[in-house]
Amino acid sequence: MEQVIANGLYLGAQYALIALGLTLIFALMNVLNFAHGQMYVLGGFVTYAIYGQLGLPFPVALAASSITLAVVGALIEKFLFRPVVRRSEREESTMLLAAAVAFFLDAVILLAFGEKQRGVPKIVSGVFVSDGLIMPYDRMVVGIVALAMIAAFVLYMQYSKPGRAMRALAQDRVAAQLMGVKVDRYSMIGFALGALLAGAVGGLLVTITGVNSGIGGPISIKAFLMVMIGGAGVVGGAIAGGFILGMMESVGLTVLREYGDITYLVIFALLMVFLSIRPNGLMGKPWG
Amino acid sequence: MTKKATLAGAFLLVLLIVVPLAIGASGREDLYYTLTSVALLSIISAGVWITFYIGRINIGQGAYALMGGYVSAVLVTAYGVSFWLTLPLAGLFCAVASILIGLPILRLRGVYFAMVTLVLTEVVRLLALALPITNGAKGIVSIPQPGGISLFGITLLPDFATLTNPRLAFYIVSVLLMALCFAGLYRLKNSRIGQLCQSLQQNEELASSIGVNITYLRVLAYAISSFLGGVGGAMFAAISQSIYPSSFTVADSVNFMLNCFLGGLSYVFGPILGTFVLYFGWDVLFQTGEFQLLIFSSILIALMLLLPNGLLSLRFSSKAKGAGR
Repeated sequence: MEQVIANGLYLGAQYALIALGLTLIFALMNVLNFAHGQMYVLGGFVTYAIYGQLGLPFPVALAASSITLAVVGALIEKFLFRPVVRRSEREESTMLLAAAVAFFLDAVILLAFGEKQRGVPKIVSGVFVSDGLIMPYDRMVVGIVALAMIAAFVLYMQYSKPGRAMRALAQDRVAAQLMGVKVDRYSMIGFALGALLAGAVGGLLVTITGVNSGIGGPISIKAFLMVMIGGAGVVGGAIAGGFILGMMESVGLTVLREYGDITYLVIFALLMVFLSIRPNGLMGKPWG
Repeated sequence: MTKKATLAGAFLLVLLIVVPLAIGASGREDLYYTLTSVALLSIISAGVWITFYIGRINIGQGAYALMGGYVSAVLVTAYGVSFWLTLPLAGLFCAVASILIGLPILRLRGVYFAMVTLVLTEVVRLLALALPITNGAKGIVSIPQPGGISLFGITLLPDFATLTNPRLAFYIVSVLLMALCFAGLYRLKNSRIGQLCQSLQQNEELASSIGVNITYLRVLAYAISSFLGGVGGAMFAAISQSIYPSSFTVADSVNFMLNCFLGGLSYVFGPILGTFVLYFGWDVLFQTGEFQLLIFSSILIALMLLLPNGLLSLRFSSKAKGAGR
């Protein structure tokens, strides 16, 4: 039992970080970032290249992943999303763009890193063993780093000036603009921050699960799930959604083991029922 | 109207007579398969287009295509039902399923609906993997070719297994289906229901307050959409004579949506054009080998930057602004 909860918490921390990035981009731009999973994969490969192949220390690699993705995110926002948002008649058009960006990143990752599954050496070796709990130390480190990043993100959004500006933007774009918030600038920062989070999680998780070029899509789907559970565009919702999904996955894998690989089927079915009762998730705002 | 009808008729004649002649002359038999796929994919995409028309972003069409394919395949292989009977049955099965699924999820809007439908594609794939009747990851293979139909002793359709060129037969059937589907769609769009659907796209609350039964309408539109998805999926299963859980995945669902976007969401025939361009573009780029996806996605991005409102907006852009569509 302790094992299940510990696994759930560990997974939840990762998931919450992924969902935070997605929900931030959604809140600021009204863009459903299909490429989020691909950004995660890219972050994983950057860490793989720097930590696994060049042999530099892990924190350097993690920082490199984050910075690369922040730059990529900022460029994508400035040169792709901003013009399309401005010119298209329907805001759904950004979804096509996001899907195209996902394909593009997939292609770039495939060309640059190949289709093989890649792993890196463990950052900390050894396993923590007690009565009911077995947990490798590297998982604990990754979980704690993830928790620390979530806390840092929440504090940043809550107390820093850019954080406050972004919250204002998410609440009401026009009103924020009237109050003198530089909308374009903070949209870009927000997108970069969202991408940074995806890259950071990718960098963290490559040390445990490894990375391959095909997992971008499934990661995006998981991120959508979490955002739906918690409610799109809400920071607290993303965190809650991440932990709930992590916990459900952990419990499901244990409880439903004898029925085969149906954990996600059950989660999806539950989600459908849940959404028919609460269409906007736990804390989401209604659409439109 | 008459001018449009002649134009559509001429287009159909070209597809049914000139294209087979041209293919026969050039000897590129493989083009039949490509064109058949375009016709079927555009039927499936037409379903997505309908949901766009009521203002919902549908990324779940792959779910219904897969469902339709499996219904037809199971009926043909396990129960020996004639394929031509399973085709409407597959569509109806999907329509009924979509009503049950749609009643709760159609209350969602915008991105929420989009995400749920995306998840739905994944649910159906997992279901196909888990259910005993679908034979898991191995899928259902060697589905027999469609048999013939005869009425009062007159052969309406020959048995496909006896044909020397079943590809041509599949091509003709698919084109006819496509013509039927889009004629119906055109009719639907310009009917009273079509007008009401447009009111949903613009403002559901307002429509509801005037007395439009929005629940009924959106479930109806979603059911029609899923029907088309099921029929298209069943046809695909028959042509490839096999169906797997991975036959229609999330990527396919996204592609159906892209087809509609690319053609332009305001135009009934947008899905045909979008599917044609995307599918052929992808095929042509095959020669570039490993750069295929890179070039393809770059072109997509460029298209979005240059024509954010779809390909067909090129021709109609001057007219469209005044018409309000």
